[in-house]
Amino acid sequence: MNIDWPWPWLPANTDDIAEATGEHLYLALLPVLVGLLVSIPLGWAASRWRVARGILVPLAGVLYTIPSLALITLVPLVLGTQIIDPLNVQVPLAVYTIALLVRSVSDALRAVPSEVTAAATAVGYRPLHRFLTVELPLAVPVIVAGLRVAVVSAMSLTAVGALVGIGGLGQLITEGFLRNNGVELVAAIVLIVVIALIIDALLLLVGRIATPWTRTAKGVNS
Amino acid sequence: MIEFQAVTKQYPDGTVAVDNLDLAVEDGGITVFVGPSGCGKTTSLRMINRMIDPTGGRILLDGKDIRESDPPLLRRGIGYVIQHAGLFPHRTVLDNVATVPLLTGQSRRAARSRAGELLELVGLPAKLAKRYPAQLSGGQQQRVGVARALAADPPVLLMDEPFSAVDPIVRDDLQQQLLRLQSELDKTIVFVTHDIDEAIKLGDRVAVFRVGGRLAQYDDPSALLARPADDFVSSFVGRDRGYRALGFLDAGGVPVGPVATVRAGEQATADQLDDGWAVAVDAENRPLGWVSAELLSTMDGSVNADRLVSGGSLFEVDSSAGTTAGSLRNALDAALSSPSAVGIAIDGDGAVVGGVTADTVLAALADARRAGEVPA
Repeated sequence: MNIDWPWPWLPANTDDIAEATGEHLYLALLPVLVGLLVSIPLGWAASRWRVARGILVPLAGVLYTIPSLALITLVPLVLGTQIIDPLNVQVPLAVYTIALLVRSVSDALRAVPSEVTAAATAVGYRPLHRFLTVELPLAVPVIVAGLRVAVVSAMSLTAVGALVGIGGLGQLITEGFLRNNGVELVAAIVLIVVIALIIDALLLLVGRIATPWTRTAKGVNS
Repeated sequence: MIEFQAVTKQYPDGTVAVDNLDLAVEDGGITVFVGPSGCGKTTSLRMINRMIDPTGGRILLDGKDIRESDPPLLRRGIGYVIQHAGLFPHRTVLDNVATVPLLTGQSRRAARSRAGELLELVGLPAKLAKRYPAQLSGGQQQRVGVARALAADPPVLLMDEPFSAVDPIVRDDLQQQLLRLQSELDKTIVFVTHDIDEAIKLGDRVAVFRVGGRLAQYDDPSALLARPADDFVSSFVGRDRGYRALGFLDAGGVPVGPVATVRAGEQATADQLDDGWAVAVDAENRPLGWVSAELLSTMDGSVNADRLVSGGSLFEVDSSAGTTAGSLRNALDAALSSPSAVGIAIDGDGAVVGGVTADTVLAALADARRAGEVPA
């Protein structure tokens, strides 16, 4: 198969590319955000009750092993959505994010030293206040690490959505294939990778700014 | 006052952590709960601020049943110092200390200014305020823990083995500081430890717990040493209790005799020694060590401060205002640990005022016994 390299395609289609990029970001990031918000209470439950942990953590592991295409095609059957509904991609992405983060959140919360939580209780924190201002902040480094993996994989998984007719940069890839347009193909792939790297770097930066205590040298005296 | 009335804590698996405890903690002073592990001392402490709820009996705080209080509100009024300090790793030292004032609704500015005062009170330099707990030594962290517990000025302070994870020298510092703080603040302190020496050093009253959560004896420390209630207390208080009991007897009755002194850096002859020994002192008459006749003969006539025989412990007599006299234990130890068998007595400024021998200490003890000052 011969691939053409019509370079003028690129400047002529910047609007379409920008639109596809925005769509891609929306398709990928919203599910990650939802997944994060869902996995915090689930992770908390798994950190707190042995039974919850025994169910949630293995379940998360199993969910993560389901191939993305299978999950994407399964969603309309389960939720009754239309075949080209964005939810068909977003629901699986949220599921993957939850599968990744439940364990991270649970492990991070379990790693909070017991004397810290005991001290927080003893000085008079109510349980929810203690969770939000003591335990959750201490779990942030681990949660951010999980989030970075989730975002990067969501960026690439969203491209798979193009196979079932969902927009985003994946659409440019499939279109590029059909039209033998190497420029369109490569531009879409490069954009996906670059945006993923930028978001990853941003998360790393935000994580570091939000956790200044993790960068202090240990055991320094006087 | 904190009153335990027939308090029992039984866990679902049948383990009894605290068994029918009756005990009243008086206002002011340090009450120590001491005992081997599994004796229920920490459980008892944690029942006071409802970290643990009893399964039987009741606890009154100033006459009010604590079950009537909302636990978080109750806890904000009771300081709590935990083992390993339990500082919040993600907050600066200052914000750790400001925690309770913030919880009770003070403005951030007021809470931080209060926190700054407390850091000073516990002897931490202001430059540590902006650091994170991981940047502090164990002893400094524990001081921050004490400052945090005191921040809301609670009348009651609970301390759960606060000094057990630091090395002995730092522990001694922290203990001294606690005694100093207590003399200034006069809180009602309940202190848990497994270390009987710490209990005796800090406690105004000591409650000895035995395994199974039963109170074995509740007494002041000198009575505990002199009259253990039973074999368990006696063995828990340990060996040397007779010797340690001397720590509660004032050494005011011990006659301080003269002691030969020579000044470091100056000429000295064997005639100046007494029984072959003299204390070498500096310009302020503070002891530096001992010189023997043999050593002096190798010193070309002048006392070399670098080559002295190191001295034993020092025994402080009450010769200046504001200092407390040593105990018979200090006096005896000074004599026993001295290379010349003469213990050096110093005044409040650290200057040598004389010497004591073991014989004179024991004679003073015998006098005190005859006078009925020693509990028999």
